[in-house]
Amino acid sequence: MRPGRRIAGWVFIAPALIVIGVFFLLPVLLAVGLSLTDFDIYALASLRNLQFVGLDNYLAVLRMGLFWRALGNTLYFVVVGVPLSIGAALGAALLVHSRLARCRGFFRVALFTPVVTNLIAVAVIWKYLFQTRYGIVNFVLGRFGVHPVDWLGDPHMAMPTIILFALWKNFGYAMIIVLAGLQAIPDELYEAARLDGASAWRQLRHITLPLLGPTLMTVGLLTMVGYFQLFAEPYVMTEGGPLQSTLSVLYLMYNQGFDWWNLGLASAIAFVLFVFTLAATGLLVRAGRRKGWV
Amino acid sequence: MHRIAPRVASLLLLALAGLLGGCGTSARQRPIVLQFWAMGQEGRAAARLVRGFEREHPDLRVEVQQLPWAAAHAKLLTAYAGGTTPDVAQMGNTWIPEMAALRAIVPLQPFIAGSRIVTPADYFPGIWGSNVVAGRVYGVPWYVDTRLIFYRRDILAAAGFDHPPRSWAGWLRMMAAIKARARPGDWAALLPLNEFEQLVSFSLEQPGSFLKDHDRYGNFQSPQFRRALRFYLRFFREGYAPRIDNTQIASVPIEFARGHYAFYVSGPWMIREFQRHMPASVQQDWATAPLPGPAGAAGNSGIAGGASLVIFRNSRHQAAAWKLIEYLSRPAVQDEFHRLTGDLPPRRASWARPDIARNPYAAAFRTQLEHARAVPRIAEYEQIVREMQTIAARAAWGELDTAQATALMDRKTDAILAKRRWMIAHGRLP
Repeated sequence: MRPGRRIAGWVFIAPALIVIGVFFLLPVLLAVGLSLTDFDIYALASLRNLQFVGLDNYLAVLRMGLFWRALGNTLYFVVVGVPLSIGAALGAALLVHSRLARCRGFFRVALFTPVVTNLIAVAVIWKYLFQTRYGIVNFVLGRFGVHPVDWLGDPHMAMPTIILFALWKNFGYAMIIVLAGLQAIPDELYEAARLDGASAWRQLRHITLPLLGPTLMTVGLLTMVGYFQLFAEPYVMTEGGPLQSTLSVLYLMYNQGFDWWNLGLASAIAFVLFVFTLAATGLLVRAGRRKGWV
Repeated sequence: MHRIAPRVASLLLLALAGLLGGCGTSARQRPIVLQFWAMGQEGRAAARLVRGFEREHPDLRVEVQQLPWAAAHAKLLTAYAGGTTPDVAQMGNTWIPEMAALRAIVPLQPFIAGSRIVTPADYFPGIWGSNVVAGRVYGVPWYVDTRLIFYRRDILAAAGFDHPPRSWAGWLRMMAAIKARARPGDWAALLPLNEFEQLVSFSLEQPGSFLKDHDRYGNFQSPQFRRALRFYLRFFREGYAPRIDNTQIASVPIEFARGHYAFYVSGPWMIREFQRHMPASVQQDWATAPLPGPAGAAGNSGIAGGASLVIFRNSRHQAAAWKLIEYLSRPAVQDEFHRLTGDLPPRRASWARPDIARNPYAAAFRTQLEHARAVPRIAEYEQIVREMQTIAARAAWGELDTAQATALMDRKTDAILAKRRWMIAHGRLP
């Protein structure tokens, strides 16, 4: 390639590179640096009070009981929440896609609506719905003889309630992507299968699901990465309580960084979360590769 | 169009007159503009109060900026980092040590020494003390906060008591009696498990502190704190109070009005909340009372909290800023402040004003304020008490016993204070 052309190429991608460098690479590098110091309120007063602490912050995070609790909560949310979300999205997409369905447009919009609502606003509304004494959920359950459930106040119930909320809020997005995947499957395949006498179940099992694999993989990855970032739901609904049962890793990072201004430690938490997210994503991709979905 | 034209003309005339007027007084300096940051409802009240100040000082203008409480702390810190702090600000007492450690605010003794309005002896000692960090005064108290008992007189009477609790043991007896008569779903007391103020209050009712050695180490395993924690935990272990966070309560006044709780421990702002949001039928049935001491009412005290007025180091108009603080500290102005907000004043002279002296719910606060104690004045205070409360909540749920809980509190506190010890060892903190 002639040098002039090479320069032209660099000029064309320069704007993008600069934006990525300034707004992504530089902050990440600064955060790495920050995580190796004990930057806190005293360091804000004077940089003389800043110490280089090497990997101490990372060791502190790994020794912190609360971090493991938060990670446990986050994994609980991811491991239960992601399959449920994908399952709900797949189910809803199949229903909405079905030839037998009426008012398909209406249902598509209705099921997608939660995605475009404001998370804070709907979280507050869910908090009202699930209020123990006055909430409509317990009122309705009460009609069927179910004793009031302390949805957000019982340490064993709070996370399931938040998962339910996240499920409702998010599955519509996955549903739209799955729907696009469904529409890409050629009709001839189903026609051929029907001529061979395949039942609806076998069509689903042997045509729809295998061809939908890559789509499901994408949706799964997106949902999982998003669910690792659990924060706003507990922030609005429970403040991490009761008994830290809804404290997520990101919430812990927020506490350390913005409540107590321990920015060094908070940065370390961010990178540890990044490593866990990366590892989980890697596992999923590997599983997908074995099936030829990636 | 033809309607607007005359207005435009008159505006132009006015502007011209203003210009001419400006020419006439060109010898006079332009007014100094003071930036004053205040939070929440106090911010709204401040915007009205400063008008009187501006009338008295034509050479001074005050721009009040209202901050929401939830964002105020972060906003102050970022303003400090960016060098855009105001001249004067309202500041929660527990933030003062942090701002002092940052050297963001100035010591006020030089101003106070020459003041005839701000007289330290007139202020409640605990409240004044909460503004003193390492021997220096950094804030002038503006209004006070101490946590005490709100209770339902009728529920107590039905259980056979004609007076509020006077000792810890007496309080427990009352709650046992109330709980025994309660309908299912009703409780004797409400102490949300994510609020640290109640346990801190109980611990302050005894001598000593939960920090030791110049606030360098935790002292939660001291017999005094252990006693306070044991008392606190009985609320939950005996089933007198529900194990809930305040995020789970729809509306305290309504719950209280319905008799779901007979006791509630909270601060002065709750007076107005109860007056506004409880139905008239129960307005005669509630009252306030000082926190009882462990052995009797004589020892009662509690948290000396509230908000103060501070001057920032970056301010170029510190003398003028002090005039504003003096103005807001006058008993007559504090009286108006009380009318506007319901906030309780920090000095005895203001409590002599008829409006507040007549308020039956405020009297208990007046009693307790004389004995209220300042909490440790260190930047890490809030982090430590939040950690303490997290552990206390676990103990309330039965995950830890008292000894385990206090040992854990000390361990966590010692870790939080590591940097403070380092700072002291290197002579960077007084």
